[in-house]
Amino acid sequence: MADDVRSMTAELVRDPTSLVFLRLGEVLRAEGQVDAARKVALTGLERNPNLADAHDLYARILVDASELDYAQRVWESVLQIDPRHQGAHKGLGFLHYSRGDLDTALDHLELAVAADPTNQNVVQALQAVRDVADSLTAEEPVDAFAGFEGQDRGILLVDSQGRALAGRVMTGEGHDGTDAVAAHLVGVTQEMVRTARMLKLGDWQWLVVEGTDGNAHLTAPSGDSLLFVVRGRDVPAGRLALLADHAGDAARTWLAAQRP
Amino acid sequence: MSDRFKGILDAITRVRGVRGAMIVVWQDGLIVSDSLMEGVRGNAVAALTSSVTKYAESVMLASGIGRLQFLHLQASNGVLLVVATGSETLVVAIAEPSVNVGLVRLELIRAAEAVK
Repeated sequence: MADDVRSMTAELVRDPTSLVFLRLGEVLRAEGQVDAARKVALTGLERNPNLADAHDLYARILVDASELDYAQRVWESVLQIDPRHQGAHKGLGFLHYSRGDLDTALDHLELAVAADPTNQNVVQALQAVRDVADSLTAEEPVDAFAGFEGQDRGILLVDSQGRALAGRVMTGEGHDGTDAVAAHLVGVTQEMVRTARMLKLGDWQWLVVEGTDGNAHLTAPSGDSLLFVVRGRDVPAGRLALLADHAGDAARTWLAAQRP
Repeated sequence: MSDRFKGILDAITRVRGVRGAMIVVWQDGLIVSDSLMEGVRGNAVAALTSSVTKYAESVMLASGIGRLQFLHLQASNGVLLVVATGSETLVVAIAEPSVNVGLVRLELIRAAEAVK
């Protein structure tokens, strides 16, 4: 390897316009000589500013140096030069995957495979990301409150416009009160906000009500949702608060999974 | 304030952290009697309590848990606690956020029993 570096360096000295800097930069990267690789890549880019492979090499060196945002910009500039550049799509696929954006990662990796379907490294990378995406989809709960006691009758998540998002409220007579409760929750919340503001109580955090036939707890697990937990009189307010806390965690997880 | 109501409300305001207590006509939010610390706006507390409890009860009726008996609104700088007496009045306490809610609730229930 050291001989390779020496011979390629000698070649560059003899002919500064040689494209051997691409291989040299790659070898230096492989040896962990990030600073030297960066110098070679930048020197090559000065002479070949429109060479997509040179930018691609530089972006990979930036990843080695943990300069991921900069690497992304460089790869995006590669695609301006060559929209089908496999290295750039592969690199962007890696970056988006590392940030948890699987959809964008898959888009880039599919384009990378399309650019050269015979490149087994890229094909394997695409398959690996697809496997991760499939496993996450399989683990996604079908209901925000799957497994919660009373999930089918006493937990309701609604949006800020009074529309049910998840869960259900059944009345003691067995009627489905979900839509009516969802609509009323917005009104009571607006009135709580007004009350708390006018009485200088600060931001509302939760509401507990005890009725003749049951108790309920209302919170806002996110800025644009409300969570209503209903239980019988036999569930005391403290336990109801704990149930609401756990349901709030589940609601936040579920809401995060729904967002694109 | 009549001696009868004064004694009832004083028992509530003696709890550490309570800023004021009052008896309110639920329907129209008028004050029957109050015992408030300086700076607490009695008329606003009464009117807003009447309103928010009506909204709360509409949710309760829709969800099948019946008529309002107790309400606890927790906010970052204070709490509003309400017990319905069952005879068209509410007993209300406004308090610091760290107040012993259980204790205030007990005093409110005692007061509600005495008022109705």
